[in-house]
Amino acid sequence: MMRRLIPLVVFLVLAGFLYVGLSLDPREVPSPLINKSAPTFNLPLLHDTKKQFSPQDMKGQVWLLNVWASWCGACKDEHPVLMELASKNIVPVLGLNYKDKREDGMAVLRKSGDPYAITLFDADGKVGFDYGVYGVPETYVIDKEGIIRYKLIGAVTPQNLRDRILPLVTELSKK
Amino acid sequence: MKNLLIALLLVLPTFASAGEARDLADDPVMERRMINLAEKVRCLVCQSEAVASSHSDWSNDVRQIMRDKMKAGASDQEIMDMLVERFGKSVLFDPPVDKETMPLWAAPFVMLLLGVVALFFQLRKRRESALKESALTPEAQARAANLLKEENK
Repeated sequence: MMRRLIPLVVFLVLAGFLYVGLSLDPREVPSPLINKSAPTFNLPLLHDTKKQFSPQDMKGQVWLLNVWASWCGACKDEHPVLMELASKNIVPVLGLNYKDKREDGMAVLRKSGDPYAITLFDADGKVGFDYGVYGVPETYVIDKEGIIRYKLIGAVTPQNLRDRILPLVTELSKK
Repeated sequence: MKNLLIALLLVLPTFASAGEARDLADDPVMERRMINLAEKVRCLVCQSEAVASSHSDWSNDVRQIMRDKMKAGASDQEIMDMLVERFGKSVLFDPPVDKETMPLWAAPFVMLLLGVVALFFQLRKRRESALKESALTPEAQARAANLLKEENK
């Protein structure tokens, strides 16, 4: 009897591997930056290029860095989610306008609303590259010490916000 | 007329060419060095394609950054380290053997070993059962001995 079950068990194990394999996204590469200091930079603000921002300015606060662009489709999907998050005043969301034209980026915020506490303008994508950005949108959770604690590749949704990002923000804010 | 059109259509694909991604730099030696290096880097936004042959925006950026770094005098190793630092070891087509990637490298050999062990036991069992089948019971042996004795008479 046991011997007869062996092929079934082997089949179930293989089926299990395949099932897990199907649910994995090969585009999602675990970031080596998790639990490392957020790379420093100096960038102009999208709305006022004379002003500069550096991540040090956010020391002592938990914050989200959301990489977006006017040419990015999934960014439009997550925009209302970010608008709602911003209205709740739970955590400051900073935007990184990535490889965009300044006018285009500003037009999006004017038309659909601006969920960002500050928007940084990364015209040539150099800062995005330092953060390991390869698909937009991406969202980073950065803690009070300026350490990256989480990176989301793809759009922010009500689900991943509720299940992953906000619990982490609450936990990090207590420290 | 129709035949001529068809003939023209058939000739058309010969004008299409794929080839490596564009942007030839001013320095062909460095360009070759860059492409050699980019062959070893996985395009993260494509599937199973190297940065060297990819036309994606991201790969274009990586190639440009490689060129910039090379112009600034960075070694190949420094450039690879910089990429791994930002995108992880999975950006390399040939990831280094270390603690983290050990399971990846060891898995085929472990599976081979398991297969060999299973084969060994299977063969042994088969031989044993074959021996058992051919083995004679004491009665049969006695009969055979008798038959042989009679023949030798």
